[in-house]
Amino acid sequence: MYITVSVVILVAIAIGLVRAFRGPTLYDRVMAVNMIGTLTVLMVAVLGFMTGRPEFLDIALVYVLISFVSTIAVLRVVNTSNDTTEDSKQ
Amino acid sequence: MMALALDLLSWIFLLAGAAFLLIGAIGVLRFPDFYTRLHAVSVCDTMGAGLVLIGLMLQGGLSLVTVKLLLIFYFMMFTCPTAVHALAQAALQGKLKPVVEDRES
Amino acid sequence: MEHFIDIVLLGLLMITGFAIVRLRSLLAVTMLTSIYSLLSAALFVVLDAVDVALTEAAIGAGISTILMLATIAQTTDREKVPRHTPLLPLIVVITTGAALIYGTLDMPHYGDPDAPVHRHMAAAYLHDTPLEIGVPNVVTSVLASYRGYDTLGEVTVIFTAGIGVLVLLGYHTRRQNIQPPGIKKIVVLRVIAKLFLPLILLFALYILLHGDYGPGGGFQAGVIFATGFVLYALAFGLGNAQRLIPQRLLHSLAAAGVLIYAAVGIEVMLLGGKFLEYRVLADDPVTGQHLGIMLIELGVGITVAAVMLIIYFGFVSRQSSGDS
Repeated sequence: MYITVSVVILVAIAIGLVRAFRGPTLYDRVMAVNMIGTLTVLMVAVLGFMTGRPEFLDIALVYVLISFVSTIAVLRVVNTSNDTTEDSKQ
Repeated sequence: MMALALDLLSWIFLLAGAAFLLIGAIGVLRFPDFYTRLHAVSVCDTMGAGLVLIGLMLQGGLSLVTVKLLLIFYFMMFTCPTAVHALAQAALQGKLKPVVEDRES
Repeated sequence: MEHFIDIVLLGLLMITGFAIVRLRSLLAVTMLTSIYSLLSAALFVVLDAVDVALTEAAIGAGISTILMLATIAQTTDREKVPRHTPLLPLIVVITTGAALIYGTLDMPHYGDPDAPVHRHMAAAYLHDTPLEIGVPNVVTSVLASYRGYDTLGEVTVIFTAGIGVLVLLGYHTRRQNIQPPGIKKIVVLRVIAKLFLPLILLFALYILLHGDYGPGGGFQAGVIFATGFVLYALAFGLGNAQRLIPQRLLHSLAAAGVLIYAAVGIEVMLLGGKFLEYRVLADDPVTGQHLGIMLIELGVGITVAAVMLIIYFGFVSRQSSGDS
């Protein structure tokens, strides 16, 4: 059962990666990073239960906090540069 | 009997959470513009993550593991909406126009 | 099953790597490196390397993304298109890669119990740790006790990096509070930051003190501590953050951490042991080891947190002084 959940999470991570590659705007990429962060937290938690080592949850906790701070940091920088829709021109 | 019921309940929560994660991910891929995709991400972050965590909590029983899961749940319920809110704000200020379908024409 | 997850994660890592090479917008590349760190941390968890995963999460996905963003904000966010042909670099890379792959042919198989690494030092560490140090997390005992010299060296390297950044960039204390540009309506962010800052700091302390028992230790705790203050600076502006921890205090703290570490070593020598031989610190050798590990982890944490903040403030304060 844990396997089903972790495979679903992997699929969702792959889909998030597709969005991160495609863009088209930088905001989409930030969104994808945020989503992959959430999914990684879940992945780590589920893996901890699957392998019977629940001390993995400390890592998941760190991820939640860190990915929040880095998302905010990105948003503080993004709007200073004007070409937020860079890749849509290519 | 009780243990079986708890187990069953936790699997229902886990599978429902996984389903929401998948639905959210598909939305992120398929929706037409950034603002609509944000909705899909929120489905992943709140409903999907929340249900999976509740399912794991039921598996953990009364222990430190459950307390940690509860903390993760609590953090996630605060940080993810805030991050999405900040993203939407930033996109709006960055003059990213939402795609609006014109009903009149 | 775990092999399957391994392979999928490695595949995703490879795809991310290719995408990083292809993209020209440096902000997008930073986003992808952040994803790369998250994925590789997940991979470390699958491989049971919990401490490495924690470090990768705190440093790779957290502070290095933040520092890269601070750098991009000062320079440019477009990569220059190279003018020369990629042929020669390609040949060099392929040759080196082939040589490395050839080198791996002689290596023992993945998870081979007869590999040399499992038969000499690792076996000794695993066997002796419960007897000599009594710490459940063997990584901590190796890092802080058996290899205390190395770790002292690492802390000194971090300290030196902090000094280097100070010398190159200098520091500008902001009297008036300059808001970093970017999102403007940030009431929600401020409320959440206020709510979370104490929790992040508390959690950093937990990671610091719990390093004997679970994943964690001084390095990770220091980075998480610094991240908390970075969040404060992001939400309330740089001037307020610099008023909260003045630059002079950071300078003293960065030095104090290394000094605590070295002082523990010298204290042990005065008590009759060898340098960094903690067991003479208390009557019971195991208690002494515990005390010594705790103290040096504290020193590591203080230095790492202070240096990370020095680097962050160094970059960001320069940027806002350039604007005005």
